[in-house]
Amino acid sequence: MIAPVLSVQRLSVRIGAARILDDVSLAVPAGGTLGVVGESGCGKSTLLRAILGILPRGAEVPGGAVLFGGRDILADGGASARGRIGFVPQDPYLSLNPVFRAGDQILEIMRRHAPGTRRDHRARLVELFRAVQLPEPEAALAKYPHQFSGGQRQRLLIAAALCCDPALLVADEPTTALDVTTQREILALLQGLAAARGLALLFVTHDFGVLASLCESVTVLYAGRVAESGPTRDVLDDPRHPYTRMLLACHPDRATALAGIPGTVPAATAQPDGCRFHPRCPLARGDCALDVPQPVLHRGRVIACPYHAEALPEVALA
Amino acid sequence: MALYILRRVLLALPALLGLILLTFVLSRVIPGDPAAALAGDAATPAQIAAIRAQYGLDRPILEQAVVHLRQVVTGDFGTSAFSGRPVAEEIWQRLPATLELTFAALLLATLLGIPLGLVAALDHNGPVDHVVRLLSVGGLAIAGFWLAIMLQLVFAMDLDILPLRGRIDVPLGLPPRVTGLLLVDSLLAGRPDMFWSACRHVVLPAVTLALPALATIARFTRSGVLETLQKDFVLYARAAGYGRVRLAAIYVLRNAVTVTVTQIGLLFGALISGAVAVEAVFDWPGLGTYAVQAILSADYKALLAVTLVVGAVYAVVNVAVDVAQAIIDPRVAEDGR
Repeated sequence: MIAPVLSVQRLSVRIGAARILDDVSLAVPAGGTLGVVGESGCGKSTLLRAILGILPRGAEVPGGAVLFGGRDILADGGASARGRIGFVPQDPYLSLNPVFRAGDQILEIMRRHAPGTRRDHRARLVELFRAVQLPEPEAALAKYPHQFSGGQRQRLLIAAALCCDPALLVADEPTTALDVTTQREILALLQGLAAARGLALLFVTHDFGVLASLCESVTVLYAGRVAESGPTRDVLDDPRHPYTRMLLACHPDRATALAGIPGTVPAATAQPDGCRFHPRCPLARGDCALDVPQPVLHRGRVIACPYHAEALPEVALA
Repeated sequence: MALYILRRVLLALPALLGLILLTFVLSRVIPGDPAAALAGDAATPAQIAAIRAQYGLDRPILEQAVVHLRQVVTGDFGTSAFSGRPVAEEIWQRLPATLELTFAALLLATLLGIPLGLVAALDHNGPVDHVVRLLSVGGLAIAGFWLAIMLQLVFAMDLDILPLRGRIDVPLGLPPRVTGLLLVDSLLAGRPDMFWSACRHVVLPAVTLALPALATIARFTRSGVLETLQKDFVLYARAAGYGRVRLAAIYVLRNAVTVTVTQIGLLFGALISGAVAVEAVFDWPGLGTYAVQAILSADYKALLAVTLVVGAVYAVVNVAVDVAQAIIDPRVAEDGR
């Protein structure tokens, strides 16, 4: 096993009474790719913010660690990892400040976190613009964000994520705000750049197609806990946790009839006791409401359900 | 950008034309007979009629309006009924004093108001925020003339560290007029003693005038910063590793002040009308004291001229604000607003 570049260990995050993340562990091996999937409200953004060292005001961390390059990001507010973790945000339209030149905004990141003079930085940035296939890379330096299209802005942000030569790229659904044809280009670009530079990739998504084509392994979050994790192929071909199975059955490509999961993700302030999925789970029984399911190791993956070997009743998958 | 500036200037012209016509209409609905006022108390009806003919007041109203427009455009505001001197000349003497005072106040209000609003927003609902709120509510609530007298009592009378009234120590005389602004002319003349004296004289009236403007600017900056802090790009910049100070003082503030800048343009009108009271208390020889004197002596030519000049200055300031707006946010000029 290759040593992980990023390792989240039994991380819990609370904001007031809300238990956003509970005992979440995951690891991204150097040069590897990990996808994190889950419905809205499962804690994906808080997980990202913990990794980036920008947890919101008032967030408490009762336990756990986020180790990057051997140091705990939570301990120093992310200072040691700045520049070493590149971040590609979800919405390229809202993530750049409209009143500053896009190039200057990236140069400011380099000024703080990359070695070299401003002249070096400009040269390197033009090179990066070329690498992300931005048209007219030299002229792009002087343009404001609104002078670029959505896809071009996402390319700018990818260049920004790469500007300090990071070891890890963290991408938060980087294509949801873009149209379908641009989505494919951006994904191919990310994949190509990560492979060419030997970057590890942590990819938050709820698109299984993206997951299958981009990520070697996957972690499925439900209501702030890990439901199932393992190699992507295995998990997609043979999901074991009842939540993963029903989630995949919801996907239009796979479902014979359009299925759904009854109920909704519980609010972070009102998490049920025991297994958090049990109120919606067809396999649930008495002890599911009492005991937090311990992760079980099963054929190279981790499943937080003791009944994962049982078949789901037909109605649940119909 | 050049096109944008040209468009703003051209758009200001109809506003000025409207102002000229409005002042003309106003002058015709003011009660009292200007010819009688000009002629004096002892005039006979024949003398009044002669003056009416002399000033063209017996001509058809439309003809008078055209004449008025032509005169104003050529800088001819007529003769003051009070002093008998050309109004344009008197205004030319006094305008710089008012500009010096209002710009000093505006500068003070901006340079203090924006940082105050920023620190208040960064300490949202914390102690700093509360202190700034107290200051700004106070600044808006205190009457200018009262504050002026209190400042005189404390700083000029009791402590005796600042002058009581006027623009400069009389024995020093005046620097040769270039701009009419003593702070500028004294430096151009190479007279630091005059500059220092002018500085000391402008402090109390400028502070009086600046306080309500400062309060408004602080409040608008605070809400602008709070709104900007919620934006995705701020979160992104933090994730990307911007420094705290740079993030707040430059990255956030530049977005936040767009609203404040518009407000500064509007505030300028309030500053000029506030200057009337402040000039009176501090014996400041500007347009405010001139307007008061014109009102008291029913000198309607002088009054109209003051109204017009103030309106023109206001228009110029707001064109400048529009240009500043476009420099701060490049999208403004491109939207072609």
